[in-house]
Amino acid sequence: MSPADESTSGVSSASSRSLAVSIGRPPPRSGVRAALSDALIEATRHLRIIPRNPELMIFATLQPVTFLLLTTFVFGDAIDVDGYDDYTQFLIPGVLAQAVVFNSAFTSVGIAEDMEKGFMDRLRSLPMSRSAVLLGRTFSDLVRNTITFHISLLAALLIGFRFGGGLFEIAGASALLLFFSYSLAWIQTLIGLSVSSVESANSAGFIWMFPVTFVSSVYVDPDLMPGWLQPVARANPLSSATDACRALYNGRDPGDSVWIALAWSLGLMVVVGAICVRKFSRSTVG
Amino acid sequence: MVVDGGSGQAISAEGLTKSFGSFVALDGVSFEVPRGAVYGLLGPNGAGKTTTVRLLTTLMRPDGGRALIDGIDVVAEPGLVRTRIGLTGQYAAVEERLTARENLDLIGRLYHLPRREVTVRANDLLEQFDLIDAADRVVMHYSGGMRRRLDIAMSLIARPSVLFLDEPTTGLDPRSRRAMWDVIEDLGGDGTTVLLTTQYLDEADRLAERIVVIDRGAVVANGTSDELKADVGDDRLVVRLADHLDVDLAMDAIGSLRSGPFDFDARRVSLSAPVPSGSRVAPEVVRRLDRAGVEVVDIEVRRPTLDDVFLHLTDRTIEDVDTDTAPDAHTDTAPDVDTDTASDTDTASDTDAVPDAHTDLP
Repeated sequence: MSPADESTSGVSSASSRSLAVSIGRPPPRSGVRAALSDALIEATRHLRIIPRNPELMIFATLQPVTFLLLTTFVFGDAIDVDGYDDYTQFLIPGVLAQAVVFNSAFTSVGIAEDMEKGFMDRLRSLPMSRSAVLLGRTFSDLVRNTITFHISLLAALLIGFRFGGGLFEIAGASALLLFFSYSLAWIQTLIGLSVSSVESANSAGFIWMFPVTFVSSVYVDPDLMPGWLQPVARANPLSSATDACRALYNGRDPGDSVWIALAWSLGLMVVVGAICVRKFSRSTVG
Repeated sequence: MVVDGGSGQAISAEGLTKSFGSFVALDGVSFEVPRGAVYGLLGPNGAGKTTTVRLLTTLMRPDGGRALIDGIDVVAEPGLVRTRIGLTGQYAAVEERLTARENLDLIGRLYHLPRREVTVRANDLLEQFDLIDAADRVVMHYSGGMRRRLDIAMSLIARPSVLFLDEPTTGLDPRSRRAMWDVIEDLGGDGTTVLLTTQYLDEADRLAERIVVIDRGAVVANGTSDELKADVGDDRLVVRLADHLDVDLAMDAIGSLRSGPFDFDARRVSLSAPVPSGSRVAPEVVRRLDRAGVEVVDIEVRRPTLDDVFLHLTDRTIEDVDTDTAPDAHTDTAPDVDTDTASDTDTASDTDAVPDAHTDLP
């Protein structure tokens, strides 16, 4: 990442300029490295804002923590599940997975905001990589989600959640959930690019979350659901992610749920990410 | 000025077309802007100004035609074009939660300028745009005028060869608007090619050395402010009557003094017509109306304004198009004026003094 070197390379087409323009004009760059370097610059825009907007961070944290407290104290003693003496040990990993889903909404709202306020046009008129605009946003949102996730995890420990697994399993479970959250960021990116206003992004980014979190293994085992709903709940990628991190946090065998969750995440990232970049690039010239 | 031996055109649009569904936004727009010039793209809302800018700045792909920036095709080499342009859109595209300095830093780095240069350049621009004292404050607390100035500064960070300003003063209060004019006038001085779009006639008149008038997706005129006004022709006499029943009487009395058809604005009860030399005709107008017993509220003689130009070209005033509320009281069609009789065009060179030049009545 050294734009200084490239500015003096004197690409022939960049030498045709009026005398008024006395400085070297760095040529446009392309390729994966350029995209990543641009994405990091764009990501710093959002990352710089985080410490300055404590309220945004507080609300992003308050929501999952509130859910943790509510569900733990309201449902904690009321529900029994097979294989767990304490429902909260079953419930809390699910609520953490749900928090990751909910916090992905910031991505669609952020993208819609940039579109509405014209900032996206500014970025599109710059000689930067098209995909970097979206990568920068999703990177920085991943950083933010990582912070709020760990605050939620801390809150879970404070209200009595106990890890059953070793450090490797715990870190693996958290990493898996955050990896899953990054695939959701691309779904939210697609929503942000498809709607015409911040308000619609707000609704569209949220509307699918309740069915997705309820028809999954977040709160109850899909085996207890009506027959026709069970296959839907089992096929839900959130179920795999929840099952995997629930098992790992509790020190149990996750079976193949880890691999299914990873495959889902990677698949969504690649497919939806490609659709997003295509949609974003096609709206301009190249 | 031009070192590459090219055509010398900073912007070259050839027959640009663009449709959105069945709506034809641009229907073959062609114009050229030489290097270092400040051009105005003037037209009412929906005329196609922003679409033209979006095509020229690679934000949109034209359906047909060709656009070159510094001789580089916007469709074939969009990346290269983007290294040479700066764009300030209709809304101040600044990151509100960062400071002015951080905004400039962000854009400078995305243009891939060396960091050291970004720092120096950002500081210069903050000075130039009178933002240095607020440079490290978060933009959220800036006034509209300050945001706009930062917006333009951000577009200039990489010293673009061509700067696009899409309605740079829309939404500003009159004082900020005038301050913005000063800023834009200074840009013209330092060799940057500027294409600014506006729906304000006075703005185009003051800032642009040449004006491309666009209406319904097509260029309807292209020339200097003076040339466009000369096309309209003579000075314009405007007589506001106390009683609208006197219109016929007034027309009979002063009809022989005019050089083109009358235009009657019923709402303001004002009768207007082109006259060969306003200041010489005015006393005679007063005498004749007095003799005919017509009570007059106000007499005004003015040189043609760009408003007259627009009316002349399109049969509509810009306000008619924009608001759709003004009563369509203009009774004549485009006046067919013999431009040879446009005697006072020399005095029209002072563009600042155009509107409301009331003559002293004896």
